[in-house]
Amino acid sequence: MSELSVNHLLGIKYLKKEDIDLIFKTADHFKEVINRPIKKVPSLRDITIANLFFENSTRTRLSFELAEKRLSADVINFSAASSSVKKGETLIDTVNNILAMKVDMVVMRHPNPGAGIFLSKHVDASIINAGDGTHEHPTQALLDSYSIREKLGEVAGKKILIVGDIMHSRVALSNIFALKLQGAEVKVCGPKTLIPKHIESLGVSVETNLRKALEWCDVANMLRVQNERMEMSYFPTTREYTQQFGLNKEILDSLNKEIVVMHPGPINRGVEITSDVADSKQAIILEQVQNGVAVRMAVIYLLASKINR
Amino acid sequence: MSQKVLLNSKEINIILRRLACQLVENHPNFENTVIVGIQPRGVFLANRIIQLLEEEYGIKNIEYGQLDITFYRDDFRRSEKPLEANKTKIDFIVEDKQVIFIDDVLYTGRSIRAALTAIQSFGRPNEIELLTLIDRRFSRHLPIQPDYNGRQVDAINDEQVKVHWKEVQGEDAVYLLPTSKTILETKPQKTDSK
Repeated sequence: MSELSVNHLLGIKYLKKEDIDLIFKTADHFKEVINRPIKKVPSLRDITIANLFFENSTRTRLSFELAEKRLSADVINFSAASSSVKKGETLIDTVNNILAMKVDMVVMRHPNPGAGIFLSKHVDASIINAGDGTHEHPTQALLDSYSIREKLGEVAGKKILIVGDIMHSRVALSNIFALKLQGAEVKVCGPKTLIPKHIESLGVSVETNLRKALEWCDVANMLRVQNERMEMSYFPTTREYTQQFGLNKEILDSLNKEIVVMHPGPINRGVEITSDVADSKQAIILEQVQNGVAVRMAVIYLLASKINR
Repeated sequence: MSQKVLLNSKEINIILRRLACQLVENHPNFENTVIVGIQPRGVFLANRIIQLLEEEYGIKNIEYGQLDITFYRDDFRRSEKPLEANKTKIDFIVEDKQVIFIDDVLYTGRSIRAALTAIQSFGRPNEIELLTLIDRRFSRHLPIQPDYNGRQVDAINDEQVKVHWKEVQGEDAVYLLPTSKTILETKPQKTDSK
């Protein structure tokens, strides 16, 4: 297969296994490109991409912008904080106004789940979801799987543990979809209050004891506690959370195998992961960031090739 | 389907030896010369040429890379079929080097134009030359000519030139076969050399 089955990247839920394989195969080529002396290809010189960020972001936004520029696309940036959204403009109006300036593709982050899907039904452009509330963050899940594939050879059959605030994490949900699709085993770990009910229906298992979970896994993906999305208290204190679910060197060294440690960022050092673990050889956090650019280039390139001229 | 044999195994063998000989004439010891095979089909020809240079002329350690031009093509989103990339493997810098591009069939010249852009990502070469097995003259869209050429062919646009390699199809041969015009128009260089 040399074409994606979708016209937008709204979530991993809408992808097929073949789509992920194609994205990874294409990302391999782009990874070679971004390690050249001149890290740029002219493929998308007739494409204009708008980055709409209705929610804060550093890594994802820079990563998308760099990926777009490496493909020679024209890029416009928009952040809600300094726009007419504050004056009461609706999402569709904002986007249609931007599309009136002949934009071919929209990369959007929005605090409301489903914002990307809503937009794809109402505007005529290719949409990439860069995170919609607590719903999905597909490119993060793709780059996480890509990094696992790079580190361990393949994703299928591997045991992946996701630790932390599963309830509020779009990274967790997208990762679960992506990993299951590729045939990995997935376990989630965290305070019971932060694990959604019926999560087993997605084919994942639940473990509330971090040590037991770590002993089971090949890869541990440590997530941040999303305090900004919590309208109530889910655990007594941050200190107690760290004691039970924080990953430190001591527990890591006491395991009888060497596991791979991942983190999607931003890291709260000393909370979900200690500095010595985050900076250790077992952590592939910075590889994830580098792979992010290659994977996003692949997604943009493949979606752009489906835009009608 | 009626297909005509343009070159048989023996003829290809003679031509490859001549091309290798011509290369050595201009690049006696390959000190500052690098060979770049154009993906996907040029790589087979490049491998053969390098094998001859090593075996017949004793030239060792030739710097050799494989260049994929997919992301540099000028027909992105213009062709019916999506373009599929191949591996680029160039682990040297071409700055101030003599570069020899190797491709199997030269048709419209657009692949070579893309390759000329692509190679700039690896530095500024001193000079670039082009070696092809088949030159389909009279069908060029761009002012590009080979410096080393196996055989000139007068094929009309509706026809297809197909190169077979022992490593892939089990025989060395070049065929001329009629094809539908639509395929040629959408993806000339690729279908050309399939």
